[in-house]
Amino acid sequence: MKTFKMGGVHPEENKISTNAAIEQMPLPKQVAVLMNQHLGAPATPIVAKGDKVKVGQLIAEAQAFMCANIHSPVSGTVNKIDVCKDMVGLPKTAIYIDVEGDEWMETIDRTPDIKRDCSLEPKEIVAKLKEMGIVGLGGATFPAHIKYSVPEGKKAEYLIINAAECEPYLTSDHRVMMEHAEEICIGVSILRKALGVPNAYIGIESNKPEPIRVMSEMAKNFEGIIVEPLVVKYPQGAEKQLINSITGRKVPSGKLPIDVGCVVSNIGTTFAVYEAIQKNKPLIENILTVTGKKLPSQHNYQCRIGITYNDIIKHALGELPSNTGKVISGGTMMGKAISNLDAPTTKGASSVLVMDESESRRRPESNCIRCGKCMNACPMGLEPYLFSALVKNNRIEEAQSHNILDCIECGCCFFSCPANKPLTDEIRLGKAKVRAMMAAKK
Amino acid sequence: MKISGSPHVHSDESTKKIMWRVNLALVPMLLTGIAYFGLNALLISIVSVACCCLFQWLIEKFILKTPSTVCDGSAVVTGLLLAFNVPATADMIWLVAIGALVAIGVGKMTFGGLGKNPFNPALVGRVFMLISFPVQMTTWPTVGKWFPMSIDTVSGPTPLGIIKEGLSHEGATIQSVIDANNLPSLTEIFLGHMGGSLGEVSAIAILIGAIYLLCRKVITWHIPVAFIGTAFIFSGILWLADPTMYIDPVTTILTGGIMLGACFMATDMVTSPMAKSGQLIFGVGCGLLTIIIRNWGAYPEGVSFAILLMNSVTPLINRWCKPKRFAC
Repeated sequence: MKTFKMGGVHPEENKISTNAAIEQMPLPKQVAVLMNQHLGAPATPIVAKGDKVKVGQLIAEAQAFMCANIHSPVSGTVNKIDVCKDMVGLPKTAIYIDVEGDEWMETIDRTPDIKRDCSLEPKEIVAKLKEMGIVGLGGATFPAHIKYSVPEGKKAEYLIINAAECEPYLTSDHRVMMEHAEEICIGVSILRKALGVPNAYIGIESNKPEPIRVMSEMAKNFEGIIVEPLVVKYPQGAEKQLINSITGRKVPSGKLPIDVGCVVSNIGTTFAVYEAIQKNKPLIENILTVTGKKLPSQHNYQCRIGITYNDIIKHALGELPSNTGKVISGGTMMGKAISNLDAPTTKGASSVLVMDESESRRRPESNCIRCGKCMNACPMGLEPYLFSALVKNNRIEEAQSHNILDCIECGCCFFSCPANKPLTDEIRLGKAKVRAMMAAKK
Repeated sequence: MKISGSPHVHSDESTKKIMWRVNLALVPMLLTGIAYFGLNALLISIVSVACCCLFQWLIEKFILKTPSTVCDGSAVVTGLLLAFNVPATADMIWLVAIGALVAIGVGKMTFGGLGKNPFNPALVGRVFMLISFPVQMTTWPTVGKWFPMSIDTVSGPTPLGIIKEGLSHEGATIQSVIDANNLPSLTEIFLGHMGGSLGEVSAIAILIGAIYLLCRKVITWHIPVAFIGTAFIFSGILWLADPTMYIDPVTTILTGGIMLGACFMATDMVTSPMAKSGQLIFGVGCGLLTIIIRNWGAYPEGVSFAILLMNSVTPLINRWCKPKRFAC
C-alpha cells in the first residue's frame, strides 16, 4: 500500500458515525448565507431586502478573479443584508433569508435518475462549475473553476481524488462513497474530461474497507478511474502528502500541485460536480457529520448551507450535553473550535464534533526536552521546536528563512510533543507575523 | 465552552512517561550491578537516587520557588546513571551524595531544570567526582569468577587501567600485560566479570535496556551505532597498525564505559542533536574522542569527557544539521 514518505502520526481514528446513513436535515426558519464561504474575495450580493428567492437562485456574484458564485439554499424572502458573526466570531457580510416553503428553480433536475452522459466540452464544463459556485469541499474551499482551468504552459497529468478522510471522527466522505458511488464516478469522469488527463486516482485510507470495495466495483464500469488504498497515516489527505503518496512526486515550497502535473479534488467535490453539471444543481447543500464520543447518537446529515450550528445541534441532539467542553467544526486535528454556535454553516463545513469537558482539556506545558519528536512527526520536514523559540523571541525573519510558511498546520508537532507545548499555535502566530512583515516590505 | 487552536487531541506522550521508560531500561544494569558487587551497589544506587530527588526538590522549593518536578522521573534517571558510573566501593556510598549535589545543582538546576541543561547532569557529577576524588574513583572492586557475592572481592584497577599502566613500562606489549595480570577473557568481559563502574560492567544488561528503549522509540539507533562503530573502526585501525601497543577493537568496545555511554548517556535527548544527521556526527565525535583520550590522554577511560565535549558542540550541530525538507 502507498503512503507519503516523511513524518506523520496516527491519532485515534474514532470513526464512530460510519454506519449512520445520510439523513435529510429539516429546513430551518431562517438561514444566513455568508458572502465569503470560499478562498479569496467575498461575493457581491445581487438581491435586496424584500426580494423573493427560490432554492438555487443566484444571490451573490463572483466579481473578483478569486471568488465564487453563491446561490440561495432555501426559498423565501430576503430579510436583510447585514453583518453576521461567523463561527469564530469574526464579522462577515451575510444575506439573511426567511424560509417560506421549498420552491426550487425550474432548471434544477430533482429526479432521482442518474444522468450518465455529458456532452459538454472542457471549457463549457469549467464555465458551468463557475456558474454553479462549486468550491473545493476538502477544507480550503478553493474555487473549482480556477483549479480546472489549467494555466498556459502547464499540463495536468494526474487527477487525484482525495477520499483519504484522514481526520479522526469525520465520516461524511465515507458515507458519500457508500451512497453515491456511481454519481461520484460520473463526477470524476467529467473532471477527467475537463482536464484531459488519462487517469484519475481515488486515494482511500485502508481503514475504510467498505468504501474501497464499493468504489472499486463501481470504477470497473468507468474508463480511467483507479482506486488506490492508502496506509492509515495522518495527514494522508493533505494535498502535498496525497500527491506524494500516489505519484511519488513532491510539490516544491511555494508551488501548486499543477506545477508537478497534478490536480487534487476532494471526493465530496466530485459529487457536487456531478450534481452541478448533470443536474444543474448549484452548491447549496453539504454533508455534515454530527459526532462525539460521549454523544448518545451519531449522525450524518445533508444540510442546506447557511443553517446555524445551533439548528443542527437542536435537531440532532435536542440540546448540547451539560458537560460539553468544546464544539469543533472539522476533525480533531485541524478543525476549528466554534465560539459562536449561532453562526451559519458554509460550503466548506464538514462536521459538528462535540467534545466533553475531560476531552477538551490541555495538559500543562513543560520545558522542551529537545527530543525531536516534533521534527520527526512533521510531514514537511520542518523544525517546530525552533519556530516556537524564534516566534516567542520575535525573530520573525529567521523563522521565515527556516521555511515557516511551508507549514501546513496539520498539528502533528503539537500532537506528538511530550512537553505539551502548543507548537502549532505558535507557528500559526509566526506565519501571520511573517506575512505581515512581507506585506509591510512591499 | 472552551476555544483553542487545533489540534484538539494529543498523543498522550509525556516527558514523565519517557523518563520512567528510561528508568525501566536501567533496571537490568541495576540488577547485574547488585549481583556482581553486592550490597554496596544497592546502597550506592539508593543514596544516589534519593539525593538527586532530594536536592531537586529542595532547590525547586526554596531557591527557584517553582512547583516540584521530582515526579517526572528525570532526577531518578540522573541518580541511577550517576550511581552506575562510580566504582561500587563502600567509600562511594557517601561520596555519591556529593556527586548528586553537583549533578543536580550545578549540572541541571542552574540552567533552569530539565530540558535547559547543556551537559548531561550525571556526567557532570561523575567528572566532578573523578577530578576531586581521583583515588576513590579509580579503586575498583573486582568481581569473583561466578556468584561474586559469596566470594571476597578485592580492589584493583579496570582492565583498561591495567593495560594503560602496564604499557607505560619499557618494552611492555599488550600481550605481556595481559599475561602478567591474568585479565578476563572476552566472554567474561561481555557478561561483566571484570573491574569497572557499577552499571557499566555487563554489556548484555546494557543491550537489553537499549533494545527496550529502541522499541519504545525513546532513542534511535543513530548515536549508539555511530559511537560504538567509530570506536570499533578507529581502534581497529590502530590495532592493525600495531597489535602490540593497542587493544583489539572488540575488547575496546566491551570494556570501560563505551556501551553504557553510547546507549544511555550520549542518547540523552536534552544534550544530543535533534536531526538524524546531527546525531550521527555526534556519535562519531564521541567515538573518536573516546579512543583519542584512552590512547593518548592522561586517563585510561575517556567516555565521560568525550560525551561532555560533544554536548558542548550540540547547539552548533543543531544549527548546522537540518532535517531533510519536503521536496528539497
